[in-house]
Amino acid sequence: MQQLIAFIRKEFYHIFRDRLTTAILLLLPIMMLILVGYAITTEVRNTGIAVYDPSNDIATQAIINKLEASGYFGVTRYLSSPDEIEHVFREGKTGLAVVFSERFYENLMHTGEAQVQLLADGADPNHAITVTNYATTIIASYQQDLLKTSVSGIPYQISPEVKLLYNPEMKGAYNFVPGVMGMILMLICAMMTSVSIAREKELGTMELLLVSPMKPIYIILSKVVPYFFLSIINLTTILLLSVYLLKVPIAGSLFWLIILALLFIFVSLALGLLISSMVEKQLVALLISGMALMMPVVFLSGMLFPVENMPWLLRMISEIIPAKWFIMGVRKIMIKGLTYSSITKELLILGSMAVVLIVVSLKKFKIRLE
Amino acid sequence: MKVVTVQNISRNFGKVEALKDISFDANEGEIFGIIGPDGAGKTTLFRILTTLLLADSGKATVDGFDVIKDYKQIRNRIGYMPGRFSLYQDLTVEENLKVFATVFNTTIEKNYDLIKDIYQQIEPFKTRRAGALSGGMKQKLALCCALIHKPSVLFLDEPTTGVDPISRKDLWDMLIRLKKQKITILVSTPYMDEASLCDRIALIQDGRFLKIDTPAAMTREFDKILWSVQSDTMSKLLADLRRHKKVKTCFAFGETHHITLEDSTLTPGEMKNYLTGLGHTGIEISPIAASVEDCFMDLSGNQTEK
Repeated sequence: MQQLIAFIRKEFYHIFRDRLTTAILLLLPIMMLILVGYAITTEVRNTGIAVYDPSNDIATQAIINKLEASGYFGVTRYLSSPDEIEHVFREGKTGLAVVFSERFYENLMHTGEAQVQLLADGADPNHAITVTNYATTIIASYQQDLLKTSVSGIPYQISPEVKLLYNPEMKGAYNFVPGVMGMILMLICAMMTSVSIAREKELGTMELLLVSPMKPIYIILSKVVPYFFLSIINLTTILLLSVYLLKVPIAGSLFWLIILALLFIFVSLALGLLISSMVEKQLVALLISGMALMMPVVFLSGMLFPVENMPWLLRMISEIIPAKWFIMGVRKIMIKGLTYSSITKELLILGSMAVVLIVVSLKKFKIRLE
Repeated sequence: MKVVTVQNISRNFGKVEALKDISFDANEGEIFGIIGPDGAGKTTLFRILTTLLLADSGKATVDGFDVIKDYKQIRNRIGYMPGRFSLYQDLTVEENLKVFATVFNTTIEKNYDLIKDIYQQIEPFKTRRAGALSGGMKQKLALCCALIHKPSVLFLDEPTTGVDPISRKDLWDMLIRLKKQKITILVSTPYMDEASLCDRIALIQDGRFLKIDTPAAMTREFDKILWSVQSDTMSKLLADLRRHKKVKTCFAFGETHHITLEDSTLTPGEMKNYLTGLGHTGIEISPIAASVEDCFMDLSGNQTEK
């Protein structure tokens, strides 16, 4: 036990004496979140909208007025056919096209339901997301107004159908926070653990540790514990920043969010150990954790690109990426505010990944040099 | 008592035969030197004995324990100093020593006596980071770390490579003191002049032991006539000596060339005439006693330039 404590202390010396790396590790999440934060708080004032309104009745007029009154939108064009939309977007003055269905008010009154389509230029997805979100909110508030004045008690339902042209997958701005969380934690845990074990091998100190009564499990634990702590610091910074700076509230239970994050940290650490058992050089460890871990996390976890639209092979690969499950879980708990029962699947999958990875990396730990 | 026994150890790395059928024993409280050039297989042998590598064939025991089956016991009782400096460069001298004391479940205080002589030399720098030490200091610290748990067998892989002459002497003085404490020391070195400080030596080349004996017996058994030859133009001299029919071998040995004779009837006078005839000046020829290096060159049978 004393061995273990001394070794964990030693590991902290390594971390804190390498000031540059420590600074990067602690500042990286802050930088990434702020970057992302600015990217998503795009100003949408005075966005030009093009309207196709075949109904031209009180309801559609009211909605258009409400959109203009918000200060975010100004109607630049009235279209005579939906076919013009693409042309209008090409001109670049229009950020959003609002397409009402025919007999809008009539449908709304009789069936209690009417459709409106919101089309945004997906070439700039962040802007498109914000714009459609605003428009959706405004339409929803009109619906509220209708309900309040309604005497018949019909639950009027205007269903805005949002479509991003050129980028059909709707990307919620909030998606970035879970994504960055997954990326940062994976980066720090897996990369740093594997690099620090590879460093012992590269500098020859592993040779000395092997020729000693030091138990392999102690060597492994002494590497895992400090980065576990660092990750918890990072987790705290990310959550604080996203709540107070980016105004992304934690909708669900903080407790289960933390449980989920700790489990993910554990999986990432275990992955780092596995990588380190296969490599001898720091650079290789860095490349493997950079390329083989970060790339799939960025591209296949659903953080930037929708996994649903990918070929089946990539979808299959994405299933085994821990970050995908973590990000899904965080979305459910943090963004959607669902209860823990909704993330049982994610917890179970991450849990079994952790067990398998730990067992494999313990088995693969070399008690000799080869 | 035999503390280290090695029987017919062989080890290949792919097609390269690093060790071929090595056998030897080392006794308690003995300094056993393994002498040979770089790439001869010294490090591989040390790694097999320190349980870091497995031999392809053969058997070896250290302190009575089998290097494969009982590797855990061996790791408890040996001290190992790898050829490359392998301490934590970003930890201070004292922290390094503490870490290795803890690894072996002991404290610096408990075995301070053993390392005192050498640790005192680096103690003034105990708050300096190990990476900032000079080559000699690094090796002294590494030796302290290898000794901190009072091992019964000490494996030192080229401890004096890259070390200044004074620190080299300090290190060897230390080894001779440790020997008195009944610690068996296996030391490898490419420096032939350190061989005479060992109790017994094994000459190794290309993964094979050429000979195992005490340094004195080894040089005594050198049965050829050996001269040291000097002139003002040493590189020409080497070529001219090698061209002489009665010269068997000729190697450059620092300031002089050492030659062995094919034909014992040749006299120094005849040789001097031969060389003067070739335009050499300042010629000095003297018969000498063999050093370990002469034995090595002779046994290695290497006729080409050193």
